[in-house]
Amino acid sequence: MTNNTEITPEIIAEHGIKPDEYQIILDRLGRAPNLLELGIFSVMWSEHCSYKSSRRHLSKFPVSGPLVIQGPGENAGVIDIGDNQAAIFKMESHNHPSFIEPYQGAATGVGGIMRDVFTMGARPVALANALRFGEMENQHTKRLLNGVVAGIGGYGNCVGVPTVCGETNFHASYNGNILVNAMCVGLAEQDKIFYSRGAKVGSPIVYFGSKTGRDGIHGATMASAEFDVDSDEKRPTVQVGDPFMEKLLIEATLELMQTDCIEAIQDMGAAGLTSSSVEMAGKEGLGIVLKMNDVPVRETHMTPYEMMLSESQERMLAIIKPGQEHIAEAIMQKWDLDYAVIGYTTDTGRMVLEFDGEVVCDIPVGPLSSDAPNYDRPWVKPEVEKPVTAREIGELGDLGDALLKILASPDICSKRWIWEQYDRHVMADTLADSSHASDAALVRVHGTDKALAITCDCTPLYVKNDPYEGGKQVVAESYRNIIATGATPIAITDNLNFGSPERPEIMGQIVMAIEGMAEACKVLEYPVVSGNVSLYNETMGTPILPTPVVGGVGLIKNYNDAIGYGGINEGDTIILIGNTTDNMGATTAMKVLVGREDGAPPKVDLVLEKQTGETILELNEKGLIEACHDLSNGGLALGLAKMTMGSDIGIVGQVQEDIPLNAALFAEDQARFLIAVAPENEGAVNQILFDKGLASRKIGVAAGNSLEIAKAFKIHKDDLWKAFEGTLKEFVA
Amino acid sequence: MKAAVIVYPGSNCDRDCKVAAETAVNADVKMVWHKETHLSDDLDLIIIPGGFSYGDYLRCGAMASVSPINAEILRHAERGTSILGICNGFQILCEAGLLEGTLLRNNSLKYICKDVMLDVTNNNTRFTKAYGNQTKAMMTVGNGEGNYFADDDTIKLLEDENRIVFKYLENPNGSKGDIAGIINKKGNVLGMMPHPDRAFAKELGSDDGANVFKSLMQL
Repeated sequence: MTNNTEITPEIIAEHGIKPDEYQIILDRLGRAPNLLELGIFSVMWSEHCSYKSSRRHLSKFPVSGPLVIQGPGENAGVIDIGDNQAAIFKMESHNHPSFIEPYQGAATGVGGIMRDVFTMGARPVALANALRFGEMENQHTKRLLNGVVAGIGGYGNCVGVPTVCGETNFHASYNGNILVNAMCVGLAEQDKIFYSRGAKVGSPIVYFGSKTGRDGIHGATMASAEFDVDSDEKRPTVQVGDPFMEKLLIEATLELMQTDCIEAIQDMGAAGLTSSSVEMAGKEGLGIVLKMNDVPVRETHMTPYEMMLSESQERMLAIIKPGQEHIAEAIMQKWDLDYAVIGYTTDTGRMVLEFDGEVVCDIPVGPLSSDAPNYDRPWVKPEVEKPVTAREIGELGDLGDALLKILASPDICSKRWIWEQYDRHVMADTLADSSHASDAALVRVHGTDKALAITCDCTPLYVKNDPYEGGKQVVAESYRNIIATGATPIAITDNLNFGSPERPEIMGQIVMAIEGMAEACKVLEYPVVSGNVSLYNETMGTPILPTPVVGGVGLIKNYNDAIGYGGINEGDTIILIGNTTDNMGATTAMKVLVGREDGAPPKVDLVLEKQTGETILELNEKGLIEACHDLSNGGLALGLAKMTMGSDIGIVGQVQEDIPLNAALFAEDQARFLIAVAPENEGAVNQILFDKGLASRKIGVAAGNSLEIAKAFKIHKDDLWKAFEGTLKEFVA
Repeated sequence: MKAAVIVYPGSNCDRDCKVAAETAVNADVKMVWHKETHLSDDLDLIIIPGGFSYGDYLRCGAMASVSPINAEILRHAERGTSILGICNGFQILCEAGLLEGTLLRNNSLKYICKDVMLDVTNNNTRFTKAYGNQTKAMMTVGNGEGNYFADDDTIKLLEDENRIVFKYLENPNGSKGDIAGIINKKGNVLGMMPHPDRAFAKELGSDDGANVFKSLMQL
């Protein structure tokens, strides 16, 4: 197949372009595209690059606020953390590649998200992730878990950025479609942030980093023998990562950014050279000329089609101020990186590619970026489940056994086996990570007393059973996790993982979950600054649970004021803040103990969430609390167990009796926290809670070695640990 | 104290080492790119940092041990300058022939990042004097190849010459004789897998690593 190949309906379909989309291409070009041009349209108009199914709904998110420097639309979001410093962060999925080849899929996911962050001038300082695997009984789960964890560690550890937190769930809906969502947070000076906008006419386009190979060329269909008659190899569509190269690329890029020679810069991520060049040109209404013979290539006889669609990793594209190419070249030489001037910007608004002395592509840039299709896909409002009362599910047997079963359940159990494979300490600024009793990770802002709080959250079952309330809850839980460290929540990045948007019921999940999230972001003043959408996550017609993951970032001005749930001292009073109902719908207890996943998730009262959160921060600022823990999955009982384990001290007390004991222990009502208060501060704390009109209840005191709740259970802390630590270790053994 | 941290392509604890030496003993630390060919004679300490030099794609430390700067490291070792290799730095020192033995893959075949309690088995070296009566030190390890190995004769030699400086109380990786760190015969080159450069302040979970730097001030 050559660039003169006739474009047949089959070739159009193989590129994932719908007939009506092809008609738009014909209209815009006034002629039929050649194969290369078709390939370029296909990647730029892919769901991944164009957000064509989700764009109109994503616009509902609040994206600005007093601390937002850059919202969605750039490589990553940017927030103001004071002192002319900025935190830059984003989360992105690498779901499909990770299922095909878990190690490389996950590794390149980490690499890609780091590039999005350092492309903007930030040094990456923390990695986080949200992973979803099939049920443990599935034959592939162990292999995929092993590969993904090794891949994340293999990449992040080598580059030298600590992986500080994450969450891991197991559910049958992910059996054929795991989710690997990686988040990166970086730090930059506010006056040294770099954007993909800013290119001027007549400036050289500079390529640096790895060479371009044939890996990752879009999709298995195009990697067939039919596509390349000279080769009968089937090229892998999963890219291969080289973390050593990434480390060099970070240092070289940040060094280049210390000079004053960059007009615009963009990493080559999805759709590689195509999307990076189109985005920089498109943002300024410019044109570009690329000389394809000058692109550094890894293999001989690569065609422009392959070069433009390759997703080889660890590559950057920058538009440099004219005459300053030598500065960039010297830095790349120091780091032994490939470097080439491969073209220049023009005022034509067209993308012109030259190869072997011929123009092989000449298309307008505009339609590729700003005019990409924007669908209003049909959707139906999802059925919302009804609450399930504690009375309805009846007795849960021995409540001590019940708690131990929850502690040992796959979603709740200790993920030590995972996080011990991640370097959590490199850069020597990690104050709290997955190994700590802290609801969010804390990473010091290097050389200051400030720290960032970082957390990744989603409860997919909630979203499935009520996308709107579930969407609200995802954001609320992220907010609470930040609050529980004493930090102020600032902004989120999101990673929306759903099934096929072409199915109205899935589109309904997407629409309603986004509306719920948007509402929560608005009320909690917790805007979205970056994000990623991953659709078509289904296998043989079975979609995944809707999984809109939120990566939250907050700030604490002095890390010495940070709290965790491990700070309880003997004699401290344990207080529950918030209301508990008897709704057990979609709870961990119902799933683990009764085997039911139905029912309405807890309602989220966003105004109350905000009031409660702000009160916790006030209590902490006044130095009135020793420990704090947000309540979510597993309810009060699990919260108490985690505090007991985290603080290495027992808690003796009782729960409310005006609702069934099962609900008091295991309901998952929102806007609740457990706090530990020194006896001398109890009065002051109660007064503040009373003044704010917040419901609270003394659960008990810290004493002994057991978690002992009247009429429910008495469990030694060692037994809690045993249940908590066993499951994953045995599963992977 | 004048110190230099050698930066190889792929080093990722270079800054940590600098900050640790500055914080612990207010050292004057400069970063030296591996392509340099001179290390000034007035240096008191050369730190070979952790990381993945050259990606560890060959044997860990093998490529770095033939970097241009290596001749200078050997010269300073001979002169008696203190040289501290941490993690990948330990591997590099072994590859460079300055320390005996080698670091194999962890026996779990996985990268391990965890807190380790160390036994300070020799507090009479220039790197451990400041431990005094403190026989235990908490640090963290983070490596895939931290499993110390040498033949029995070498282990016996190390023991006889009291050159095993740190041992793990709970062996995380299969290291022979629970060895976490050893010193050369002359006593000026220390290699260790645990990270004193991540344990120099309480907020990091431990400041037990600071004594490695403080000891050098007592020279």
